[in-house]
Amino acid sequence: MSSLDEIKQMFFLECDELLEALNDGLADIEAHLPTTQGYDSEIVNAVFRNVHSIKGGAASFGLDAIVRFSHSFETVLDKMRSGQLAPDAESMRVLQRSADHLADLVAAGRAGDGSEGPLNDALVAQLARLAEGQGPADSGRIDHPGASDAGEDAPIGADELLQHADAEDLTFAPLALSTDPLDLPSPSRTRFSIELRPTAELFANGHEPLYLFRELAALGDLVVTADAGALPAFADLSAKRPYLGWRLDLLTERSEDDIREIFEFVETLAEIRIEADPAESTSEPEAGPGGPRPEGPEIDECSAAQASRGDIGSDQESTTAVPPVAIANDETLGSTSRPQSALADTAYRAQETPAVGALGDAKGGAKSPKSTVRVDLDLVDSLINIVGELVINQSVLTQSVSESHVANRADLGASLDEYKSLALQIQENVMSLRAQSVKQLFQRMARIVRETSEVAGKDVDFETEGEDTEIDKTVIERLIEPLTHILRNAIDHGLEATEARRGAGKSPTGTVRLSASHRSGRVLIEVADDGAGIDRRRVFDIAAGKGLVARDAQLSDGEIDRLLFLPGFSTKDQVTDLSGRGVGMDVVQSAIRKLGGRVSITSTPGRGTTFAISLPLTLAVLDGMVVDVAGQTMVVPITSVVETIRPDGEHVHRMGASAEVLNVRDSLVPIVDLGRAFRYRATGLGLTDLVLLLVETEQGERWALAVDRIIDQRQVVIKSLEGNYGHVPGVAAATILGDGKIALIIDPEETARIAERELAPLSPLVTANGD
Amino acid sequence: MAEPRDDQSATGTRELVSFAIGEQDFCMDIMLVREIRGWTNVTMLPHAPSYILGVINLRGAVVPIVDLASRLGLIPLEPTPRHVIIIAVLGDQTVGFLVSAVSDILGIAPSEIKPPPRMGSDATAGFIEGVIASDDRMLRILDIATVLPRIRLPEEA
Repeated sequence: MSSLDEIKQMFFLECDELLEALNDGLADIEAHLPTTQGYDSEIVNAVFRNVHSIKGGAASFGLDAIVRFSHSFETVLDKMRSGQLAPDAESMRVLQRSADHLADLVAAGRAGDGSEGPLNDALVAQLARLAEGQGPADSGRIDHPGASDAGEDAPIGADELLQHADAEDLTFAPLALSTDPLDLPSPSRTRFSIELRPTAELFANGHEPLYLFRELAALGDLVVTADAGALPAFADLSAKRPYLGWRLDLLTERSEDDIREIFEFVETLAEIRIEADPAESTSEPEAGPGGPRPEGPEIDECSAAQASRGDIGSDQESTTAVPPVAIANDETLGSTSRPQSALADTAYRAQETPAVGALGDAKGGAKSPKSTVRVDLDLVDSLINIVGELVINQSVLTQSVSESHVANRADLGASLDEYKSLALQIQENVMSLRAQSVKQLFQRMARIVRETSEVAGKDVDFETEGEDTEIDKTVIERLIEPLTHILRNAIDHGLEATEARRGAGKSPTGTVRLSASHRSGRVLIEVADDGAGIDRRRVFDIAAGKGLVARDAQLSDGEIDRLLFLPGFSTKDQVTDLSGRGVGMDVVQSAIRKLGGRVSITSTPGRGTTFAISLPLTLAVLDGMVVDVAGQTMVVPITSVVETIRPDGEHVHRMGASAEVLNVRDSLVPIVDLGRAFRYRATGLGLTDLVLLLVETEQGERWALAVDRIIDQRQVVIKSLEGNYGHVPGVAAATILGDGKIALIIDPEETARIAERELAPLSPLVTANGD
Repeated sequence: MAEPRDDQSATGTRELVSFAIGEQDFCMDIMLVREIRGWTNVTMLPHAPSYILGVINLRGAVVPIVDLASRLGLIPLEPTPRHVIIIAVLGDQTVGFLVSAVSDILGIAPSEIKPPPRMGSDATAGFIEGVIASDDRMLRILDIATVLPRIRLPEEA
């Protein structure tokens, strides 16, 4: 059944969101430690629901490991939300590790050919200890409104079929009880009684009664009663046939048509009967002991998913899932939990459903949902390409109109201007489609920090800032590896061991801080630790020992720091599991460079080290300086241009046969004639005819690129050369100009290095910098 | 591209586009040919082999242009507006070939295709997949895969 695969894909996509929300929630809870009662119970509820939803979905796809693990997980969370277990640092650690493990299991399930990752038994045992050891005795429960039970008592593993259906109750009651709407005077309301008896086709078509109920609940106060009367004995039960029907009791101000509209799509797939009960129409104040409905214990929500199991992916985000056996035996199920408040009986159920609805966006209760669609990334990319061509086409058109001299008509010019602004707006918007907040990346890094600090045996306080900063999705994906490296290094090398920290008068817990922010058209990501800082003497010794730098070289602090980025450099004496294979920082640097970014280090002895990564917002456009090089139009990325200089004779000095250097405020900068570097002309022109662009690398090395003329400064669309051709030395990419011609985008650093190699075979490290 | 070669497998004939480079006649599989266009000025690529004339903008894609004459070891062409570029697609790579003129589209039965005569170390020989002798002409079938510029270096940028 191919649609099952699709549903499964959807489930995994949802899992991503749920896991993200789960991590968020856990972080939230942790942030409120150690004030045991300070945290918002809704956060715990949300976390519980996240896990529960994953469990529910996993169950319908037979992902047993996930089901089993999330069951243990949610048992603990359940104790926590019912107040039987107060979160502390230790239990939070277990919960976070559990969240990590759950993510692993989900990933394994997604990749899997049916096989799943191994269950972490130790973690399960820890969870079990938390669940049992720290909870108060059963009798204590009754005092907690909303305490769940039954569910955690169901044995796991005894019967896989029943397992995921253990009687988890939705105990959002405490929230519901305190909500305002109950106290507001209601306008005239009508009581509708609705009967719904789905056919098998309804489930086969992928409908889900639960969603209908949610929509109904949004109209007013809803009480759902499952009618399990048609259930056969368990032995006769067919997984593919629905046996359950529902009686719904809705008190609403809306009309019958509004209700019918909800059932519009299932009309033919289920028996539906809707009746208004005028006698019960009231404008009653809802709340009140006893309430208007006497149903009491007979009412229960029975998971709609229950009926559909075996047909489609069921949604067990919420509501009770009751073992079929139990249903068969006992039609009027005692609700598994009862709020003790006087308000409780009737009111709370109707209220809990909207709360469930809010969960659909996987954000938990607190944040208002933002409506989104999921789009195939390929589609976005092809859109970006097309829009790029639209922008090029626009400038070609504008140029040819201006050349054809028909443009004396003002209206034509105005239309063209409008076309241009629209095209640019579309481009901007389309580009932003690829933008994503760095939140998931940061969460992933939080996990890296947790794991690394555990292995390294260091206490680490991980702080993040600017999680909402948005960057291109591809950039985010390609940041995972370099950031992982940097963070591991920060913990493994950067932070001192606990004893050393005490000795230095610092808090024994080290701090690693990951932050993201927008800064003048670029994204700045910083990893800062409060460790010992870079031991420059050692770094230099090691580099010299490995022959990476001359023994007698005089390097500034900054230059020594940058030695860390040299290939083959590794400072740790013993190679650890975490870092120190000598493939660390140079890999980081090349990964960041490929993204058009720069890495820099600042370090203060005794105070810590900061790695700053500066990245372009998007990989698709860049701000470029359009220049003429021996008749060829080329583009120099503006980010690397420090200043432009029109040289006069006295600042240019000849060095040897062909090399020339420029004196910029008393520092000597080698001049690279681009025309010659690219072999567009054999001999150099007189430098006074040229314009020099002073460019700087992230290492602070500087060159003066000589071009014939600066033509323009504009945003250009980046077109890859690699696809149809390959890498051109000194060229980063190509772009298409207003006249439809291709211009090459220069990689200033590579160009300069090539020119340097050809001109002067000097040891670059010693000579590269002139201060 | 990736259009099915139904007509060929059904009838057994191969459809070939024939073209001239200087005085010699060549052809290539029509399924490889995306389009044929006139010569436009190229943007030169630095550090490129001599047979790479440069790149052109083909509706937003950057396409390298190969001087086939130079690639085959013949006298390089001096491109003029009367020269023709054959845009060919091989796998995921799109490349343009500069030729003197495109002549014909031929349906050739496999039996008419002869293995290339042994020509020793001639520069062109390595690129010829087979020959077709018809009347007074000889058509050389180019093996495009070997003609394609092998620029994609494994080394990192």
